Amino acid sequence: MEVPILKQGNYLIASIQSALTDADLTQLRDALVAQVGRFRSRGVIVDVTALDVMDSFAVRTISALADMIKLRGAETVIVGIQPEVAFAMVQLGLTLSAVATALDLEEGLLFLNQHATAGRARGR
Amino acid sequence: MQRRAGPVGAERRIAIDADRDIVTARQDGRALALLVGFSQGDATVISAAISEIARNMLDYARGGEIHIVLVERAEKKGIEIVACDSGPGIPDIQQAMLDGYSTCGNLGLGLPGSRRLMDEFEISSEIGLGTIVTMRKWRR
Repeated sequence: MEVPILKQGNYLIASIQSALTDADLTQLRDALVAQVGRFRSRGVIVDVTALDVMDSFAVRTISALADMIKLRGAETVIVGIQPEVAFAMVQLGLTLSAVATALDLEEGLLFLNQHATAGRARGR
Repeated sequence: MQRRAGPVGAERRIAIDADRDIVTARQDGRALALLVGFSQGDATVISAAISEIARNMLDYARGGEIHIVLVERAEKKGIEIVACDSGPGIPDIQQAMLDGYSTCGNLGLGLPGSRRLMDEFEISSEIGLGTIVTMRKWRR
């Protein structure tokens, strides 16, 4: 199932609607990396509220996504990790510590407004 | 060597041949876990363990089969997951159970992570024959 990506001003918002296969996740990563260039986006929000589980593959793919978006000059924030999903992640040993996270979409937008509005070429 | 702790009826058998089968297996596992009365949190934990084990089977053995069954032991109700493959086998199980040890470029958390998620975890492997992982979680 393809993840819809919304363009909202300078940001892209990918809202995961259901459980994703590995192929869906890599497709999402590649689509976002491409669209950040096409729309000259400053920030990306990935909303994982509806994700049933974040396993090691999901975490690895999302970390790579954030790294690649960064190399393209934009910021990524992951929002909506549910409490039980967070618990299982920590037990597994997955911390996603190199990636910005926020409680929900609203907090994610706030984060990007603070971190992603400066000019593209100004560094962090 | 599969110490069945008394099956209770409902069960699922999922062939793992492609990445979408991982999603099926973990969703079936979650459904069964909720059926036997696990909390949403525990159902997610069980689901995550199934996801890791199923992915390991794909990465290392090019697939296999996962059997999920509701079990009872003494007064306790629980869920048992048996993952069976006929892959190359694991040469050094102790090493494979270490966090971060991987021979295929993933994060190396599948086996040790699943063991942390579940209450009971057994693994046996024979070179050239395959690997069987049996894990259980009991309802609190």
